[in-house]
Amino acid sequence: MTAMSTVPWLTILGLIPLVGALLVAFVPGSAETAKRMALGFSIVTLVVGIIAATQFDRSSSAQFQLGEQHSWIPQFGVSYALGVDGIALVLILMALVLTPICLLAAWHDVPEEAGPRGGQRAKTYFALLLVLETFMVGVFAATDVFLFYVFFEAMLIPVYFLIGRFGGARRQYAAMKFLLFSLAGGLVMLVAVIALYLQGPGGTDGFLIERLTGLSIDPTTERLLFVGFFLAFAVKAPMVPFHTWLPDAATESTPATATLLVGVLDKVGTFGMIRFCLQLFPEASQWATPVVVVLAVISVIYGALLAIGQTDMMRLISYTSVSHFGFIVLGIFAFTSVGQGGSTLYMVNHGFSTAALFLFAAMLVRRHNSNSKRIGDYGGWQRVTPALAGIFLIAGLSGLALPGLSSFVSEFLVLVGSFSTQPVATVIATSGIILAALYILLMFKRVMTGPKPEELVADGVTVDDHWRKSSGGTTVRDLTTRDKLVAAPLIAAFVVLGFLPNIALTFINPAVDKTLSHVQQAIPSLNPAGTVAEGSSK
Amino acid sequence: MGTLVHTLASVPSVGTYAAGLATHEGEAHAATGITAYAWLLIALPLLGAAVLLLGGRRTNKFGPLLATLLSWGAFVVGLLVFIAMLGRGAEDRAQEVNLFDWITAGSFKLSAGLLVDQLSVTFVLLITFVGSLIHVYSLGYMDHKDENGHVHSDPDKRRFFAYLNLFVAAMLLLVLANSYLLLYVGWEGVGLASYLLIGFWNWNPAYATAANKAFVANRVGDFGLSIAIIIMFFHFGAVDFTTVLGEAGSNANEGFMTAIGLMLLLGACGKSAQFPLQSWLGDAMAGPTPVSALIHAATMVTAGVYLVVRSAPIFEAAPTAQLVVVIVGAITLLFGAVVGCAKDDIKKALAASTMSQIGYMMLAAGLGPVGYAFAIFHLLMHGFFKAGMFLGAGSVMHGMNDQVDMRRFGGLSGAMKITWATFAIGWLAILGVPPFSGFWSKDKIIEAAFIGEGWRPWVFGGAALIGAGITAFYMSRLFFMTFQGKKRWTDDVHPHESGKLMTVPMIILAIGSAFLGLILGPTGWFTTWLEPVTGAEPEGAHPVIPVPVLLVLTLLLVAGGAALAWMRYWRDDVPVTAPAGNLMTQAARRDLYQDQVNEALLMRPGIHLTRSLVFADSKGVDGAAGGLAALVGGASSRLRKLQNGFARSYALTMLAGVVAILGALWVMS
Repeated sequence: MTAMSTVPWLTILGLIPLVGALLVAFVPGSAETAKRMALGFSIVTLVVGIIAATQFDRSSSAQFQLGEQHSWIPQFGVSYALGVDGIALVLILMALVLTPICLLAAWHDVPEEAGPRGGQRAKTYFALLLVLETFMVGVFAATDVFLFYVFFEAMLIPVYFLIGRFGGARRQYAAMKFLLFSLAGGLVMLVAVIALYLQGPGGTDGFLIERLTGLSIDPTTERLLFVGFFLAFAVKAPMVPFHTWLPDAATESTPATATLLVGVLDKVGTFGMIRFCLQLFPEASQWATPVVVVLAVISVIYGALLAIGQTDMMRLISYTSVSHFGFIVLGIFAFTSVGQGGSTLYMVNHGFSTAALFLFAAMLVRRHNSNSKRIGDYGGWQRVTPALAGIFLIAGLSGLALPGLSSFVSEFLVLVGSFSTQPVATVIATSGIILAALYILLMFKRVMTGPKPEELVADGVTVDDHWRKSSGGTTVRDLTTRDKLVAAPLIAAFVVLGFLPNIALTFINPAVDKTLSHVQQAIPSLNPAGTVAEGSSK
Repeated sequence: MGTLVHTLASVPSVGTYAAGLATHEGEAHAATGITAYAWLLIALPLLGAAVLLLGGRRTNKFGPLLATLLSWGAFVVGLLVFIAMLGRGAEDRAQEVNLFDWITAGSFKLSAGLLVDQLSVTFVLLITFVGSLIHVYSLGYMDHKDENGHVHSDPDKRRFFAYLNLFVAAMLLLVLANSYLLLYVGWEGVGLASYLLIGFWNWNPAYATAANKAFVANRVGDFGLSIAIIIMFFHFGAVDFTTVLGEAGSNANEGFMTAIGLMLLLGACGKSAQFPLQSWLGDAMAGPTPVSALIHAATMVTAGVYLVVRSAPIFEAAPTAQLVVVIVGAITLLFGAVVGCAKDDIKKALAASTMSQIGYMMLAAGLGPVGYAFAIFHLLMHGFFKAGMFLGAGSVMHGMNDQVDMRRFGGLSGAMKITWATFAIGWLAILGVPPFSGFWSKDKIIEAAFIGEGWRPWVFGGAALIGAGITAFYMSRLFFMTFQGKKRWTDDVHPHESGKLMTVPMIILAIGSAFLGLILGPTGWFTTWLEPVTGAEPEGAHPVIPVPVLLVLTLLLVAGGAALAWMRYWRDDVPVTAPAGNLMTQAARRDLYQDQVNEALLMRPGIHLTRSLVFADSKGVDGAAGGLAALVGGASSRLRKLQNGFARSYALTMLAGVVAILGALWVMS
């Protein structure tokens, strides 16, 4: 059931960036003004998002809150229905936090061109990022399966242009590849969406999730429907073997796009697994678990091994995400409250963590003479940009889930929550922490340590001849104010959520319990507590 | 789920075994007085690290001093907590400080808190006292005087002190945490500090590699620690000491306890450089010498011993795991001792010695209640004499242009009198010459190793005994090669004694090495103090060889080892280039081929695997996907001609598709 709200918070959240996008794109003026306006709109959205979160009742087990529902195409049972549970809310908030950070980091991504309309490209770029924010809110907030599908596909359009128009040398290829993979997954899901509706009660609001939950579908159909949804989500997530679009998309797009793509949009895949696969098809989910868990563990290890072997920083970071998504999927399909709570928290933490990796690596790339992303083109940069090296290391430590940082809490919860139902998979996945140390620290070593590149001169550092020698060369600036503004909130999030993860978990826990109770209704033998059944021993 | 909540609420169930072992865990009272402020211990150095790192160059001037003061501040708090604890009866000494609700997810509920008991306070005093002394020493060590008498500070001196403070905070968290998960935060925190400090001069690629090696080897151990914690939650439904150790002491399943114990041991092996994860410690000497003294000798590397002793109830319930602990300890103590005999680099020889001495502690910890107190006692004594000797080595390096090759030392006793005298005390202490501190701790471990039935006392006791002889040889070799015999200096060095900032900490540590054992050992004060945590020594346990015989035997072996070293490295001339040596020497010089084994078994196969996977991923997995894409792409390129732009065609197709489907739905309904 959905708790309705008198204020249409979610619609407002979606509309603010959309209005902002239109103004940014079409109001005449300099690109600088437009960028500031875009940043302003994204900050307002964040503030409104936080206010909306305060209206959310964490103690209520109501499935969806802040809800609104309007008939959209009643003939086909489609409603414009929005609402969030704790899972969706924390993911939306994560997206709202990341957007202004990305806009700030994207400030100089698109250079102004000569001529009266020279700023238009930059304006379009920022406007597209805002449009993307609208769709991100929509896709997590939709409580109508068809509406979800519309947002799910509509997201592709701004992303396609963001990659294809503003990316690197092979952007056309990367954008096409991204689109084709997503298109293939999406079409399979569309068939499943329609078929699901036909299984449901129909009527003018027949696409609502609550109408489609707890249906008694015959097992074969349920399994087919599950597969239809799951494939789309596995491509999006991305899981091995559907992951190959990601490294190309991430390395060819701008860092801001890569961040939103990997940090937020890919979460729609794992979010969808919880919201749709588990909740709508609990028995089929159980049936598919062995295969899914194997794929998840393969993703963990395979992604990490490939990350170790990469020579391009951005590709390396995207492969680490393949590994991390493996953990998330493992936690979801562990069917325990600890594992699934951990997975949801993981989605949030991974968003910040990946943002830090992409954006801080981009700070480095910007400072390189030829803007190279090749790891081998660096070395010794700690001596040139010590503060940047410091935050780069912190991002890396978050990537390898150092205890004390937020990513550790979620990774640990996933593992501790998965052990009771998937002991072997959990132990194998845990060995991923060794590989994580390797991919992060090897990259850090190659990029930051070693002798200082002779042609570069650190800015503002007094060089003492007794310890270091310097010669004439290019002066490289360490962190600028803008860089610090990008880095500070992310690093703060690592620390705060590392020690006070309950800030997010109090939102997440009731929603996880609710999802698992749907599953448990279908499969009573399930033990979501995740420990040895105490009842039997005492 | 309800039953689980019930279980959580009904703990602690009090352990019933072994003379109150872990019983206090269940009875730890809420902290009172100064103990309630024990969090300051961690907060003060953490504040220092934060100010120095965030403050940047602005804090260059006062940063190192501030860090040193905050470290001493933590020592004062530790001392006050200790005094307050002395004021309470033995059974009321353990107190818990609840800090905040940390993680609540489903059935996993954990709050962060500190356990202030006899064991953790012992560590607190060691860490803050030795740590603060080393802060002071570093104030001098991180400056260099050039030929003209100008003092040059290391340009990153502030960063160094920030990391030192970070280390102290993390180490205190490790020993004060009241749950395995919070311990883990400190555990990897010290690992991070160690990584940062080994790689402190990481513009030297070898040092950067050493830092990575340390972190990765530790991560292999941390894999074990992670699994141990995961199984704990599965089995006990909790990961806090009260529940886990209380339940382990009362109704434990041996299979689970063995699994947890072995995985904890893997973690301990990583952190404490025990076989088979020992290879990183020698390379870790790349770090500045004060770091080697504090982190890689006195404190962090002994954390594995702490972990085993703290988890005593688990190991008590898992005899197999206990046996493996003893075996690992015995292997490592011999391994380190053998390697120590062949090293010419003074720091690497000391590192091998550290590994070997921790082997002794590990062996003692695996022996159960007869060994726990002596494991910790030796750890404490070792913290003093080994830190003192490392600082002495640093002082030598300072005077010798940062040289570390002992074949280029010799005859330094005249040039550096204080360094020589303090080092001599450390040397006597590690040899176990009465009445110096090592005598009271190591001899007790040898005695304990000889307790038992069947083959075990003979094998483990024998290993400990032989180890003592080899230790005497290689430590005397080190001492004589450095301070005695002929001068073998290169022409450019002018050895000189270090400044007061460096010598005073060395003197203080030497005093501790000389007298601390005498005060705490024969009086039985230390074992009584730890008894509520480690349990009483079982009555009627006697070594298979009578104690006086053992004592004489040990001293004879030590004298023999030292005499051999005297003949070869004091009386005879030491060649400045190492002789080829026999096969054993060659093997020991190369750390018994540990790196070659790791490379052959792990690194090279790993590199091949990664490379072939990268190839397969781009050609195979992506190729298959690419082929599919080409198929669709081919179709789409025709579309593109019609539609003038792929994306637009896609959007249109999608729209058309949606309309068609909606139409179909409408027809059906």
